[in-house]
Amino acid sequence: MATSSSSSSSSSSSSSSSSSSASMGDEKPHVLAVDDSLVDRKLIEKLLTKSSCKVTTAENGKKALELLGLGDGQRTFNNNVCKVNLIITDYCMPGMTGYELLKKIKESPSMKHIPVVVVSSENVPTRIKKCLDEGAQEFMLKPLQLSDVTKLRCQLTKFSNPHKGMLCMGR
Amino acid sequence: MDGVVQLQKQLVDYIASLFHEGFLDEQFNQLQQLQDESNPDFVVEVVSLFFEDSERLLNELAKALEQETIDFRKVDAHVHQFKGSSSSIGAHRVQNVCITFRNYCEEQNVEGVEPWHRCLKCLQQVKHEYSLVRNKLETLFQLEKQIIAAGGSLPAT
Repeated sequence: MATSSSSSSSSSSSSSSSSSSASMGDEKPHVLAVDDSLVDRKLIEKLLTKSSCKVTTAENGKKALELLGLGDGQRTFNNNVCKVNLIITDYCMPGMTGYELLKKIKESPSMKHIPVVVVSSENVPTRIKKCLDEGAQEFMLKPLQLSDVTKLRCQLTKFSNPHKGMLCMGR
Repeated sequence: MDGVVQLQKQLVDYIASLFHEGFLDEQFNQLQQLQDESNPDFVVEVVSLFFEDSERLLNELAKALEQETIDFRKVDAHVHQFKGSSSSIGAHRVQNVCITFRNYCEEQNVEGVEPWHRCLKCLQQVKHEYSLVRNKLETLFQLEKQIIAAGGSLPAT
């Protein structure tokens, strides 16, 4: 559904650099999931595909930043960079933590608008506050359930397209 | 047809016992619900990844505990990973012994042999619980294979 009113038509109607899908507007949100655990990457990928999202996974913050075109030595106007609508990152990762990744994303003029959800197996209030203060959209506990992901997907639709948000009722 | 029905009942009972004895928890159900026609081997795939990951972690842990000076933060990091992956597939008892293990690692600031002994014991327990649940899951998958081979379908969870 084209909503002509909004001038910043972000994700769905950009036809220039969508790498894989040839269709005009990607209906499916593209989610970047970052987690050092192989098991959890597999799980999150399934949860997201089942919620009708396109998924790219990264095993650490460094790779995630490269995928976003924010890696060391990358130029910002890199058209090979995949367009991402949501980033879900684990908090505890060796090397760059999810928090550090969050910071880097929020410091980037080109990427700071992308919602970042931090997930963790540990319920630590100071950790949660830290992430939310840094601009995380949400902090969720692992293991994620299908209902968690469905809820996120719904919120995504509302953000990128206020009118479409109405279709999320009752899901 | 009778054979299939029997196998199906065996499977249902077996899974129920695994839950009852605490080997598996609700998260395992979540995994099964994610499996569908487009990905009928999903559970086996994830669990296989878990097995691979676990073997790796157990090796790392054994190595870490063999060092002259034990790096408890490293040990803790490995156990944390193990706790995470076991939690993700619903391997409840493994997850629990990992939690105990981590508590010991956090207490490690005391000099002496004690912490090391306790950690070794913990490692033994993790190994033990892991091999138990591994056997159980392999048995479960075997049963499922038999049912499919006999032309039956897997009972809905």
